[in-house]
Amino acid sequence: MSEDILIARNLVKTYTQRSGRFGFGSTEVKALNDVSINLRTGTTLAVVGESGSGKSTLARCLLQLQPLDSGEVLFQGQDLANLQPAVLRGMRKNLQMVFQDPFASLNPRMRVGEIVGEGLLIHGLGSAAEQEKKVIAMLKRVGLTESDMQKYPHEFSGGQRQRIGIARALVLHPQVVVCDEPVSALDVSIQAQILLLLKELQQEMALSYIFISHDLRVVRHIADDIVVMYHGQVVEQGKVADIYAAPEHAYTQNLLAAIPGKTMLGKKVVNG
Amino acid sequence: MIVDLQATQPKLQPPLLELQHLSISPKKMPARLLVDDVSFSIEVGKTTCVVGESGSGKSLTALAVMGLLSKQLLLNGGKVMFNDAEKGVIDLTQLNDENLRKLRGDKIAMIFQEPMTSLNPVLTVGYQIGESLTTHLGLKGERLKNKISNLLEMVGIPAGRAHSYPDELSGGQRQRVMIAMSIACEPSLLIADEPTTALDVTVQAQILELLNDLKTRMNMGMLFITHDFGVVADIADNVVVMFRGKIVESGSREQVLGNPQHPYTKALLACVPDAEGEKLLKPIDYAWLADEKLEAIADEAIHE
Repeated sequence: MSEDILIARNLVKTYTQRSGRFGFGSTEVKALNDVSINLRTGTTLAVVGESGSGKSTLARCLLQLQPLDSGEVLFQGQDLANLQPAVLRGMRKNLQMVFQDPFASLNPRMRVGEIVGEGLLIHGLGSAAEQEKKVIAMLKRVGLTESDMQKYPHEFSGGQRQRIGIARALVLHPQVVVCDEPVSALDVSIQAQILLLLKELQQEMALSYIFISHDLRVVRHIADDIVVMYHGQVVEQGKVADIYAAPEHAYTQNLLAAIPGKTMLGKKVVNG
Repeated sequence: MIVDLQATQPKLQPPLLELQHLSISPKKMPARLLVDDVSFSIEVGKTTCVVGESGSGKSLTALAVMGLLSKQLLLNGGKVMFNDAEKGVIDLTQLNDENLRKLRGDKIAMIFQEPMTSLNPVLTVGYQIGESLTTHLGLKGERLKNKISNLLEMVGIPAGRAHSYPDELSGGQRQRVMIAMSIACEPSLLIADEPTTALDVTVQAQILELLNDLKTRMNMGMLFITHDFGVVADIADNVVVMFRGKIVESGSREQVLGNPQHPYTKALLACVPDAEGEKLLKPIDYAWLADEKLEAIADEAIHE
């Protein structure tokens, strides 16, 4: 059974940018130009492309954090773009996000317990005692401890903060999680920990991921399907293994050729 | 297990740069070594990559070579021997500010990570490239203009962009401008601190190719700081692996990447995903690398 849990059809999003030295002119930038994707239930869909290609705009538009110009986003058959705000708010617990910068995405004035538990509070899930139980269980699951609830984000390292961000997203038991470059700010050793954690959690909680990244090694490791974006358009999509083996579009070929250290860092090195 | 190849082979030429037992600590806590007894060398026209996680001391090492350490920090012993083509071998740590300033941007140049923040936004890129040419070589007028045009073309930017301001250029172009600035006086040593980390992967590949090309053309030695093993594989001749201020392994690129000996190097390489997706990632077990064992591990540093 591999139904699509999230389907986006013909998304268009245009930004108006000031141009010229003093910003007197204006130009339209098509951040999303007729983008259609589908996310299969329980799988990971990677979105790759260079900066400015529209990957993060796509993420925000899928979650309705930004209004679309046109197009529809179907989640379980419902078009999110046309929902009443109150209904949409209720839906949000099913669609969560993990952000890139673990330093900027956690409120420095809130304790970790409050950060992770805020979603439960907002959606009114369970009594206070139940909520606390859930928060503790989630923190433990991502590799933190119960006592960490009382601490503030600045007391944690980058990797630990990213664990807090993951706990915050997953405590609501969402079905779709959008990860916007979740490991690009981390050291390679910490990156491996977080990638493995995301994979384990995907299995345990039957999550579907949209994984935004510019690191093609990481994508190869974690994703099932891939969407390659260039200037706001999808230039190629399909199964990761197929596209890495035989990229068709010239841009995809360039992108794959640019992976640093392809020859030296093959699998042989690993066994050494 | 230290094999000193240099002792067994006759040396033809002193290395371009040789760090000898370099140690750095905070001024207030001289006992806490941030960089601990670091020694390695860079040959003329070769690239040495220093890799490590954040906090391993790789950037501090680079800054110490340039004499750019923060005032809060203390150079706690060690020498930085630089082989100047004219003056012979000199210890950079013993130079006064004025003499050091004469070397910087002339014989020794540096590229930083953030091309956005290291260029002055209110000066044209042509002017910024020309600054070191005027200071060190005394170029003026038409000759200066020609040299700036040449440099821009060398790094793949149309000469007409000399009149552009940094905000009118893309990230990759800004990093190219930085490179043009740094190679203006044909340095014999280029220090690059994560020069491609902020760039897209396709742009990164272009910049690495450019640096490699310039290295060969100008016979320039490079000290290249990075945390990306992919970049190391593409650009290094020699590799130095640092962990918590100490060197744990050093040797040729083939040696360190292809046949790592030290447990930390092996563990770090096991975290790097491959491009074929066949590798199982294995995160570093930091408990295993806990402090007591670490001492033993670091004392067993492997040099080939």
